[in-house]
Amino acid sequence: MIEWLSGGLFFAGATLALLAGVGVVRMPDVFTRMQASTKASTLGLGCLLAGLALRHPEMSFVVRAASIAAFMMLTSAVAAHVIARAAALSGTPLWKGTLIDERPESPSRPDPAAPESGR
Amino acid sequence: MSNFVLPLTMTMLALAALLTFTRLVRGPTLPDRVIAIDLIGVLIVCLLVALAAATAEQAFLDVGIVIALISFVGTVAYARYLEREGS
Repeated sequence: MIEWLSGGLFFAGATLALLAGVGVVRMPDVFTRMQASTKASTLGLGCLLAGLALRHPEMSFVVRAASIAAFMMLTSAVAAHVIARAAALSGTPLWKGTLIDERPESPSRPDPAAPESGR
Repeated sequence: MSNFVLPLTMTMLALAALLTFTRLVRGPTLPDRVIAIDLIGVLIVCLLVALAAATAEQAFLDVGIVIALISFVGTVAYARYLEREGS
């Protein structure tokens, strides 16, 4: 029973990782690609780690799997936000079907008059 | 059940890494390539988890922790470089 559950979790995780790869190839834009890769890969890694912890229910495996899962859930969101912010600030072109862009100036023009040169 | 699920998992992960590598080669802008490198790091960690499950070896999980950490630091450094370059 545990064996079947673990196998199902492994298959679900691999399917989600494959969907992340397909999304990165097929999506039209930097931002849509980023959200596809981040969400699907985080959930896929979580499923794989849950399958591993079910298959080898020993202390050393479970502790390592939990630490990898916690670290990935914390950092992948931060990494995606930082990449998206850098892409938006550096004027990456949006998809031509984008309906709304709520920033006051155009994305391809980073507003040279703004005195932001510190940091 | 258990003797074909893990090879199937590894094959699917390798296929995903191949697709992501296509985007890394072809990506029109630099943020595309940074996203592809980040996803390849996550897929390597996934592959190491599957390998640890197949061989019951804990050392692969330690390697996975280190690769996840280095991939995060590299992604943040690339993003900071992009931000400074664009503005």
